[in-house]
Amino acid sequence: MTDTSISNPATAGTGDAEFGDYFALLKPRVMSLVVFTALVGLLAAPVNVHPVIGFASILFIALGGGASGALNMWWDADIDRIMERTRNRPIPAGRITEGEALAFGAFLAALSVVMLGLAANLVAAAILAFTIFFYVVVYTMWLKRWTPQNIVIGGAAGAFPPMIGWAVATGGISVESVLMFSLIFMWTPPHFWALALFMKSDYHEARVPMLTVTHGRRATRLHILVYTLLLAPVALGTGFTAIGGPVYLAVSLLLNALFLKGAFDIWRRDETRAEADSYRAEKRLFGLSLVYLFGHFGAILVESTLAQFGAQFGIGGW
Amino acid sequence: MAIKVEHELHKRRLGRNVGLGLVLVGFVALVFGLTVAKVERGDFSANPPRAEGGE
Repeated sequence: MTDTSISNPATAGTGDAEFGDYFALLKPRVMSLVVFTALVGLLAAPVNVHPVIGFASILFIALGGGASGALNMWWDADIDRIMERTRNRPIPAGRITEGEALAFGAFLAALSVVMLGLAANLVAAAILAFTIFFYVVVYTMWLKRWTPQNIVIGGAAGAFPPMIGWAVATGGISVESVLMFSLIFMWTPPHFWALALFMKSDYHEARVPMLTVTHGRRATRLHILVYTLLLAPVALGTGFTAIGGPVYLAVSLLLNALFLKGAFDIWRRDETRAEADSYRAEKRLFGLSLVYLFGHFGAILVESTLAQFGAQFGIGGW
Repeated sequence: MAIKVEHELHKRRLGRNVGLGLVLVGFVALVFGLTVAKVERGDFSANPPRAEGGE
């Protein structure tokens, strides 16, 4: 999921940050996805968690995600200064120094892992630690500037939160939690490439090897279609497991049909047509991708709620 | 030029300090809540029951 800065441009360059600048370092919009998917993972698990422990665990997972965001902003400050979308983030705007962001991110990363281990269990804490490592070292430091497959592999970092939520409740990993991981993992490439299609110049100027820059826009359109085709069976297959059910399957069928149509429309278009209508189809697919993910996880949440409260009426799940 | 008692910078610092204070109070409350929940669940008893989730 993408992120834009929310802090006050009036204080830019003063070197004296507001509280909101530190909050912006945590990439709150990305954090909202982390919180939502981790919560769904936790609630969909077949084990009930004490509400206080569940609340604290979600908070520490969000904090770990935020810490990754701060460390990402520390490492990527040079390219954030070039890209228009990220130019107003606290570091390129001069409100927070790179060293402060590093210390802030590293401290919060350690705190979140230790606290999740104490609040929930060591498996959940270990997956959170691996997620932070994967996002900061494997994605940010290594893949992002090296290969056009950066977001394909790097997308795994954003896919871990539901697995962590599931591990908080069950203390382990299962087919269902791996499927929730796979859903986000397969969804990430079409989501980001749709964005890259209408934000081309930004990535180009920052020399980030996005697929649009290295292989061209025709290849990117084809990749979006292929990944959307691969995503559909993962999403629909999840509907036949313990976390799925008729509601999930209906939502998934509808969203996959819309997403596939959007990807097919994008594949058929060329640059002339896209530029003529200011990338309307690409922007629509990007917006739809957000609805797609929240729709699927929302449906998993509905199924788990139905299973808990509707058991006596024979509704919820299969 | 008149000397301002409270500069805009001071307001920003106050906001930051109040924000940090609230975060710390929230953290203390959270750790207290966790402790109560875990004690109630029997995590710290001599023979802890096989609790829901967790270790």
